[in-house]
Amino acid sequence: MAIIEAKGLTYTYPVGARPAFEDVTIEIEKGEFVLLTGPSGCGKTTLCRCFNGLIPHFYGGKLEGGITVAGLNVADNPIYELAQHVGMVFQNPENQLFALSVEKDIAFGLENLGVPREEIREKVDWALKTTGIDDLRDRPPYELSGGQQQRVAIASVLAMQPEIIVFDEPTSFLDPLGAKQIFAVIHNLNRNLGITVILVEHRLDLTAKYANRVVIMEKGRVVLDDEPQKALSSEEARLIGVGIPKATRLYKYLKANGISLSKIPLGSEEAHQAIREVLAA
Amino acid sequence: MSVFDGFKFRSVSSPVHRMDPRAKFFYVCVLFAVAVMFNQLVPLLVLFIIQIPFVLVARVQKEWLRSMKGSALFAILIFAMNLLSLYFYGGYASLASILERSLTMTARFVVLIESFSIFFLTTSPDLLGLALEQSHVPYELCFAFTTAVRFVPVLAEEAQTIMDAQKARGLELEGGNFARRIRNYIPILIPLIVNAIRRSLELAETMESRAWGANKKRTNLYVLRAGQKDLLLILLSISLLAGSIYISAFVKVPSLTEILLV
Amino acid sequence: MIKVEDVYFAYPNGVEALKGVSLEIQDSEFVAIMGQNGAGKTTLVKHISGLLRPSRGRVSVDDTETTKMSVATLARKVGFVFQNPDHQLFSETVEEEISFGLRNFGFEEKTIKERVDWALNLLDLTEYRGVSPFMLSGGERKRVALASVLAWDPKVVILDEPTIGQDSQQKERLRQFITQLNRQEKTVIIVTHDIEFVAECRPRVVLMAHGKILAEGEAAKILTDPELVSQASVVLPEIAQIFLKLADLGFPKEVIDVYEAGRLLLERFGEST
Repeated sequence: MAIIEAKGLTYTYPVGARPAFEDVTIEIEKGEFVLLTGPSGCGKTTLCRCFNGLIPHFYGGKLEGGITVAGLNVADNPIYELAQHVGMVFQNPENQLFALSVEKDIAFGLENLGVPREEIREKVDWALKTTGIDDLRDRPPYELSGGQQQRVAIASVLAMQPEIIVFDEPTSFLDPLGAKQIFAVIHNLNRNLGITVILVEHRLDLTAKYANRVVIMEKGRVVLDDEPQKALSSEEARLIGVGIPKATRLYKYLKANGISLSKIPLGSEEAHQAIREVLAA
Repeated sequence: MSVFDGFKFRSVSSPVHRMDPRAKFFYVCVLFAVAVMFNQLVPLLVLFIIQIPFVLVARVQKEWLRSMKGSALFAILIFAMNLLSLYFYGGYASLASILERSLTMTARFVVLIESFSIFFLTTSPDLLGLALEQSHVPYELCFAFTTAVRFVPVLAEEAQTIMDAQKARGLELEGGNFARRIRNYIPILIPLIVNAIRRSLELAETMESRAWGANKKRTNLYVLRAGQKDLLLILLSISLLAGSIYISAFVKVPSLTEILLV
Repeated sequence: MIKVEDVYFAYPNGVEALKGVSLEIQDSEFVAIMGQNGAGKTTLVKHISGLLRPSRGRVSVDDTETTKMSVATLARKVGFVFQNPDHQLFSETVEEEISFGLRNFGFEEKTIKERVDWALNLLDLTEYRGVSPFMLSGGERKRVALASVLAWDPKVVILDEPTIGQDSQQKERLRQFITQLNRQEKTVIIVTHDIEFVAECRPRVVLMAHGKILAEGEAAKILTDPELVSQASVVLPEIAQIFLKLADLGFPKEVIDVYEAGRLLLERFGEST
């Protein structure tokens, strides 16, 4: 069974005139790395809040259709139950840290769950190591850079050991280097820990190469759901106006002018190798 | 804001800093009670002096002096008010006793400021929050407290940014009459408040996403355990309290004037 | 013209944000100040708009030192659009928000009305005239903040991280908008770490690191230098990365545009057949 199953999902905010998204049917298998993208206002941020129950429980509104996550029906289960299976990392690092030391922040979720102290200690240490921030353990959040804060947020979610983690534009406030670091951490969680990742992002050039699937939304509907190479080189993606990686755009330009590269590149490494092949031939 | 510096936590590794906040708070409460108990200057001066060792051991002299300096204005005000009201309405015999009485009221105020300053300078908000929790204050309140402390520097910076942003649109914050000045702060206050509300919404989302409310019985990564020093402090405070009650009830404490004249 | 002469600046908490920065920006230029977070970019532009005063050195706008003018007076010439529009928005309607700056600068009511209409039109906000800015989406609020600054027609426009949180269509619109501003002879300064955006706009790039200017010049030259890019802790644009890896095959290195890259490759492919 898929770890996330949504059928005909439609949601309207309490003060909304029109649905934020309509008729979304999607299945996500365990271990996938799904890149969810689309122009501003397409509904992607709203959709990902359905995965851990913020919609409908925190936001209210009208949720039609059905969605199950890790075997639990979202509408029927409280957020604190769903949160143990689906972690969520938000855009603004500052507003996800509320304790006065990194350690305490990471322990927060486990404390809420009533986990015994020794176990909390173990999991906190593990989360610190896995995200590479062991040296920041005692620091207050105010002293940390945006990238460091975001890694603390990830560690705080990781400590609860959810099967799925949803990232909602986690690098919006970070510079490219900080963003690359975060994506490397996310890639590690997916590749080495088998965590199912759903990443909402605009920066496709930095992230497409990690995903095994790209879902593009527009005006509240899922319009494309395919492997990254196919989805991002499609005409549809170009018309919708998502940030197609430059390497892929180069591929399309060459193709339009008669030169076919052996594979569709998502990043500079693939692109330059494919170009070499053609030149060697 | 220098007077507030005297109350902001300073992270230093000292025995006073490491003590259990509950013990320290008990000590501060006893000091409060004793300060109110005595109407004579001499005991209050004694109270003032016995706290100085704490300041030195905690190595927070600079900040503590700042709180003393900051409260000086108030202290002078109290002194002057007492002096004037006693002079005109007191009916006391001599100028010396009026002076002493005013000084006593001032000293009481200073002793209180002194002890609170030491408490806040040496107690990390973290430990304070933990102490509140373990004292069975409802967790929501403890959480509100530590979160508020955590966001104070963030909000302060945001207020500065907002002021810059509006100044860059031609807003003049200085000059003009009083009413005008108040009105000029509206473009500062509204974004500040709106952003604070937005921020708390995002915080709430995060809290929910980390299983807030999952278990009525929250556990904790850290636990406060009262150590030897803390018990010693509590014992000291109790003896101080007992001794003071005895003295104030049965011993005639001489006034400073009497001591000086002998 | 903006002149920054050997400016040093330290924040009250002691952090030295600028360590000897010198820069000249001519009228109608389009300049991008780049570098990682903490390099001193925003600190530098805050000096240009008078929000900060140098600890040492001078900053002058049109031959007048910034320290000799109040921030409000300088703001009439140098418009500063902050990164987060929510730090500026406070009015009941979009219309009032846009008139705020105009009122502060003492424009006449009639002129205010004209300029508000003009700004609303310029940024596609006419339909939101009577709407509360707090009801608008993030992207729309950014436009309102921008409109409220452009309304008083400053000679210089500073945009602090204008591309954060924007999707590619919004960035494209921004790029076109900046071109328009330049054509109207406005000086445009953007502070950004968005390499790809800069690669598309091709402004003059001023690269900063650790409070100093590392290098400045054409975007194509600066952003394709791996040494500089690594020193400034930024990344090479994607196309430049590809061509760097192909350098041994004799391709030029200073390529940051997709179409230019495509043309060069087609030429080479054409040659080899």
